[in-house]
Amino acid sequence: MIELQHVRKSYDDGTSWAVADTSFTVEEGELLGLIGESGCGKTTTLKMINRLEEPSSGLISIAGKNVMERNPQELRRNIGYVFQGIGLFPHYSVAENVAAVPRLLQWDETRIRQRCQETLDMVGLPLEEYGERLPSQMSGGQQQRVGVARALAAQPDVILMDEPFGALDPVTRAELQEEFKRIQATLNLTVIMVTHDMTEALLMADRIAVMKGGEVLQIGTPYELLNEPAHDYVQEIVEMPRQRADRLEKLLHRSAS
Amino acid sequence: MSENLREQLLLLPDYFQGHLTLTLIAMSLGVAVSIPLGVWAAQSNRVKGPLLTVVSIIQTIPSVAILALVVALLGGRIGLVPAITALVLYSMLPIVRNTVTGLESVTDDVVEAARGIGMSSRQILLQVRIPLALPVIIAGIRTAMVWTVGLATLSTLVGATSFGNFIFSGLQTRNLVAVTVGSVAAAAMAVILDAIIGGIQWLAENRVVQVDEKRFRRVRNAVMTALILCGGFIIYSLLPEEEVDFVVGGKGFTEQYIIAGLVAAELEGAGFSTEQRLGMGTDVVYEATASNSVDVYLEYSGTVWSNQMLREDNPGRETIMAEVNDYIARTDNLTNGSRLGFQNLYALAMRRDRAAEMGISSISDLRPYAADMVAGGDLEFFSRPEWLQLRDTYNIDFGEKLTFDTTLMYSAVNEGQVDIISAYTTDGRVAAFDLLILEDPEGALPPYDGFLAVSSEAAMNPGFMAVVGNLERKISDVAMRQANRMVDVDGRPVSEAVAYLQTFLD
Repeated sequence: MIELQHVRKSYDDGTSWAVADTSFTVEEGELLGLIGESGCGKTTTLKMINRLEEPSSGLISIAGKNVMERNPQELRRNIGYVFQGIGLFPHYSVAENVAAVPRLLQWDETRIRQRCQETLDMVGLPLEEYGERLPSQMSGGQQQRVGVARALAAQPDVILMDEPFGALDPVTRAELQEEFKRIQATLNLTVIMVTHDMTEALLMADRIAVMKGGEVLQIGTPYELLNEPAHDYVQEIVEMPRQRADRLEKLLHRSAS
Repeated sequence: MSENLREQLLLLPDYFQGHLTLTLIAMSLGVAVSIPLGVWAAQSNRVKGPLLTVVSIIQTIPSVAILALVVALLGGRIGLVPAITALVLYSMLPIVRNTVTGLESVTDDVVEAARGIGMSSRQILLQVRIPLALPVIIAGIRTAMVWTVGLATLSTLVGATSFGNFIFSGLQTRNLVAVTVGSVAAAAMAVILDAIIGGIQWLAENRVVQVDEKRFRRVRNAVMTALILCGGFIIYSLLPEEEVDFVVGGKGFTEQYIIAGLVAAELEGAGFSTEQRLGMGTDVVYEATASNSVDVYLEYSGTVWSNQMLREDNPGRETIMAEVNDYIARTDNLTNGSRLGFQNLYALAMRRDRAAEMGISSISDLRPYAADMVAGGDLEFFSRPEWLQLRDTYNIDFGEKLTFDTTLMYSAVNEGQVDIISAYTTDGRVAAFDLLILEDPEGALPPYDGFLAVSSEAAMNPGFMAVVGNLERKISDVAMRQANRMVDVDGRPVSEAVAYLQTFLD
C-alpha cells in the first residue's frame, strides 16, 4: 500500500543526511511503528509520505502511485494525519475541526454533518454534547480524540500519526491506544505511527521499523525484534520494556507471596 | 442656555456629518490598504523591514505638514480628498504593524496542521492565520480609529468640515465654548466608534461558543444596527451634495472669519447660496481659489507681493496693488473683486508706557536697544521676507525671538513677557491693550491692502461681481479694527461683527 524505495533527505545539499537510503513497504491494513530517538529521521520520513517534506532522492508511492506526481494538497486531503501536540485549530469548534477536511473536499453539508456524527461517536465524543465546544474547553485526552476523529473524517485509507499520544497522561494514553487499535482494525486502515515509546510500539504495531541516524536498522514484527534483534541498538531498546515488565512481574510476585 | 452655546450647537449637525464622513471613509480605506500590506509584509522579510520603516516615518511627520504636502501634491485641491488622504496615511502604522504581529504570533504547530490536512497557502491565510490574528489586528484598528477621530479635527486647515471648525475658530476668536463643544464632540465620537469595533471584536471572539445566547444576540443586533447606520451614512455623504452657488474661503484668523461672514451674508442677501471654508493656510486658500475650489476670499496685497511674487522692494501702496492685480490675473487667473479700504499691515508694537520710558516711537529708535530685547512674533513673522527687510533696512536684530499663537502673543507683550511683538494694524487688541505701533520711516514694511480675490469661474458671474464690487472701499482701518475688537477682545460672536460692518454698506 505504501512503498518507500531508497528515500534520502538532506537539508544541507548532501553534507549530512536526515534520512539516508530508507526502503520499506507497509501492507494494506497494517500498522507500522516507526521508532527511534529524537533526531533519528522518523518524523522526516513520515512527513515525506504526504509531502510536508520533499525527499532529496528516491521514490515514495501510495497504492502504486508516485506521491511526487500528485498535487500535494489533494494528496494530503486523502491521507489522515494526527499531529504531535494535537494540532487542532483553536478558533474552530470540535465539529468544525472534524469537518475541516471534508469541507476542503467540498462535500455537501448534510454528508459532512453525518460524517462528523459518525467519527465523533467512534472516538466517544457525541456530536450533540461536544460539537459546539472549543478545543480549549476540553481535556488533553478529549482533544486528541478530536484529532483522531478529524484524521478519520474524510474516510482515508491511509493514516499518518506523529507521536499522537505523547502529550497524554499514562491512563488516557493506554485507553486511546486500545481504542485506536480497535478502530484501525475495524476500518482496515493502513497506518504509520511515529513514536519514541517502545512499549506503545510493541503493543500497537503489526511491524516496527527501528531508526537511528537516518537509517532503518531493522524492520520486523514485535516477536522478531524481541527474539532476533539484528543490531545492538535494537536489542537495547527492545530489552527496556522487557526488563521493566520482568521487574514488575517480580514486584507483583513478591507482594503476592 | 447661553446665546453663544446655542449658536455653536446649531453648527453641530453640519460639523458632525463632516467629521464622521472623514473618519469613516478614511478608516475604511485605511483598513482596506493596511491589512493587505500587513499580510504581504508578514509573508516576506524583504517587504516587512522597509514597509514598517516607511509607515513609521509617515507617522513621525507632523500632521499639519502632511496635510500641506498632500494639498501640494494634489495640485491645490482642498476639501475631502486631501484630508482623507492624510488621514489614511496616518492610520496605516497601527494597522499594518498589528497585522504583521498578529500573523506572526500564530504558532507553527497550527500552521503545519493546516498544511498537513491539505489547505493551500491561501486557505491557511484566510481560514487559519487571519482569524487567529484577528484580535490583534482589531486592536490595531481601534488604535487607528481613535487617532483618526482626533486628527480629523485638523482637516479644517485644508477646507474640509470637521469638529476642528469649532476648535480653530474658537481658538482664533477666543471662544472657549466653541473649543469645548468641538473637543467634547470629537471625544464622544471616538468613544462611540471604539465601542462599535469593540463589539465586533467581542462577537468574533465569542462566535463559536455562545456563552450566553441572549447577550450574544443583543450585542450582535447592536453592532449590526451601528454598522448599517455607518454604511448608510457613508453612502448618504457620498451622494453628490446640493451644489452651493459660491464657496467663501478664509485663512485662520479673526479678520478672515469676519470678512468671510460679511461676504457670505451679502451674497445670501442677493439670493445666492454659499458655503464657508475657513481656517485654511495662506498658500492652501490661494491655490484653492486658483483652482476654483474656493470662489472668493480676503487676501492682502503685501502677502501676494512677498509670498507669490517674491518681491522685497516697496514702490508704494498704489503701485504694489496694481502690480498684484496684474500678477494674480496673469499667473493664476484670479480677479481683484474689490479693494476693501483697510490695510492690515504688519507692524512692530510695544506697550505704550514701556516705549515712552525708553523714548521709542519709531523702528529706527530701536537700534541701541534691540540686542537686549525679547521679541514675539506670530507663527510665520520671523521667517517672512518682511522681517528680513526690516532687519536689513534698520540694521536691527532682537536678542531673543519667540513665536506665539497670535492670541497668546498679545497677552505676552501686555504682561511684559516679551518687549515687542509683530502686530497687525487692524487688530482689535492693539487698541484694547493700548499698544503703540512703531512708525516705519524707511517704508521697509510693504502695504497690506485687503482685497477680495475672486476665482476665474466666479468672476464670470455678473451678479456675484456686483455684490463683491459693492464692498469697494467701504471698510476703513478703524471699522475693521473695531470689528476685530468686538470678537477678539469683547468676546462677541462673529455674526455681530458682520452685522456691525454691514452698517457701512449701502
